[in-house]
Amino acid sequence: MGSLKIENVKKSFGPVEVLKGIDLDVKDGEFVVFVGPSGCGKSTLLRIIAGLEDASAGNVLIDGARVTNAPPSKRGIAMVFQTYALYPHLTVRDNMALGLKQAGTPADEIDKRITASSSMLSLEPYLKRRPAELSGGQRQRVAIGRALVREPKLFLFDEPLSNLDAALRVNTRLEIAQLHNRLKATMVYVTHDQVEAMTLADRIVVLNAGRIEQVGAPMELYNKPANLFVAGFIGSPKMNFVDGARLGETAKTVGVRPEHIAVSQTEGAWKGTVIHAEHLGADTNVFLETEKAGLITIRLFGEYQTGPGATLYATPDAARTYRFGEDGKVLG
Amino acid sequence: MSKAATSLPRTIGAHAVLLTYTAIALFPVLVIVVNSFKSRNAIFRSPLSLPTAETFDLIGYTTVMAQGDFFLYFQNSLIVTVASLFFVLLFGAMAAFALSEYRFKGNTMMGLYLALGIMIPIRLGTVAILQLMVASGLVNTLTALILVYTAQGLPLAVFILSEFMKQVSDDLKNAGRIDGLSEYRIFFRLVLPLVRPAMATVAVFTMIPIWNDLWFPLILAPSEATKTVTLGAQVFIGQFVTNWNAVLAALSLAILPVLILYFFFSRQLIRGITSGAVK
Repeated sequence: MGSLKIENVKKSFGPVEVLKGIDLDVKDGEFVVFVGPSGCGKSTLLRIIAGLEDASAGNVLIDGARVTNAPPSKRGIAMVFQTYALYPHLTVRDNMALGLKQAGTPADEIDKRITASSSMLSLEPYLKRRPAELSGGQRQRVAIGRALVREPKLFLFDEPLSNLDAALRVNTRLEIAQLHNRLKATMVYVTHDQVEAMTLADRIVVLNAGRIEQVGAPMELYNKPANLFVAGFIGSPKMNFVDGARLGETAKTVGVRPEHIAVSQTEGAWKGTVIHAEHLGADTNVFLETEKAGLITIRLFGEYQTGPGATLYATPDAARTYRFGEDGKVLG
Repeated sequence: MSKAATSLPRTIGAHAVLLTYTAIALFPVLVIVVNSFKSRNAIFRSPLSLPTAETFDLIGYTTVMAQGDFFLYFQNSLIVTVASLFFVLLFGAMAAFALSEYRFKGNTMMGLYLALGIMIPIRLGTVAILQLMVASGLVNTLTALILVYTAQGLPLAVFILSEFMKQVSDDLKNAGRIDGLSEYRIFFRLVLPLVRPAMATVAVFTMIPIWNDLWFPLILAPSEATKTVTLGAQVFIGQFVTNWNAVLAALSLAILPVLILYFFFSRQLIRGITSGAVK
């Protein structure tokens, strides 16, 4: 199996610095998700780990071995791409076999591995087809199968679900989670979707503008965000941020999650008028223009009858309110 | 196209324009072919009429077959065209791949430098090319022609192909790298098949000027053994007397191979030209 260590990796494209010194340790068997807004450098970091891109500075160690100068095929990795990247002229079977053939694996071993991984992903009926004859979800399964047969130390996923439709995305997400449970393999997964990050990861790495903002288990990031960026990025709808001065607090910004605000029609801390309400069945999102805190979002569980123009009182849960200083870091 | 977007008058109008253009473009070719089957007198008396039982005459073709070694000329033309085409496509595609795939210093400058040849006609350098060929002993060889035509065809090939290669998915190439394919195999096995329509387009645009060229065969390889078809046909054009039957017959025959090659490439060619415009 494989561990991964990244030491002070930097990357510049000409004058643009994309990664500004990344340090990270991934333990054997861990599922780590890189998440961040587009342009934060998460894909570049993954490509550096894969060896598809050279780091401007720093080291990458896979299983303790320094692979900074090794070509991708010699790093013991397998990668699943957003666009599937199957070889269009080869059958599903040959797509899976190609990497092993290149590495000089004996034919019976190739057969054995393809049989094993295609049954694991229920790909047997498609082995003789070409990628063009498969649907998007099937193609992505083939791409995962192609990664599986290599029996890599490290699996790399580059936004593998982004090209799938919503229903398939949920299914494939589940399959990836089951795969990780079964294989106990080390996986590094890049996504911009925080739901994927929260549901799949053992540990999440939040990246922003080429730096790591915070590393932690999903619930740790949700409950104890280190700074404004992580607090705003994790959680949906986004955390409400209120200028501290407006509330008479010493902190620069006060944050409270939409689900940690109670409402009442008669009394509460912040009085306001409903601007819009989204009824989703399981929850209701209310947008409230308050006198004291400005526009805030409130997430209520279950159905809640309200509409534009109604007056509501909102009370934030004091125990789950976050205070941030001038530098954006959480206080206390 | 949906029915809503077409109307009968527009369709008729469009077809009228296209048919007129086709007629104008095909007319000279038709006159050549028709007249090549007529006797000399008939050619001058009524150049536009079709051959009748009286005027039908294969004298042109028999002259061509009898005089000079036309099969050799044909063979020379084919060798030169096919070899040049092969090198233009091979080197053009390789240069295009390098320009579109790899980041290196001077990438853009190199691309512009290679595209410069589209704007500057290679014939401007004829004197220097002739000196070069004389110095290297390549005068009166087919090699001389192949080298010149390869150089002539490369700029356009690099220009067109690099645009198409940029569209080939990066993920696919990277998947190949992770599976341990060499850059050459990625190029030949993954990228080239995907840009086949563009290759066909380049092939046709490169092939026709080479096949029709009179200039370089006349200057670099005028010997009997290395004459091409277009140069061979000049035998029948004299300063005072021109054997029109033979000239027309030779030109009609010269059309055939290109026509065959065109049919061979045409489906891919149309896809190459219209890709991007239609999709």
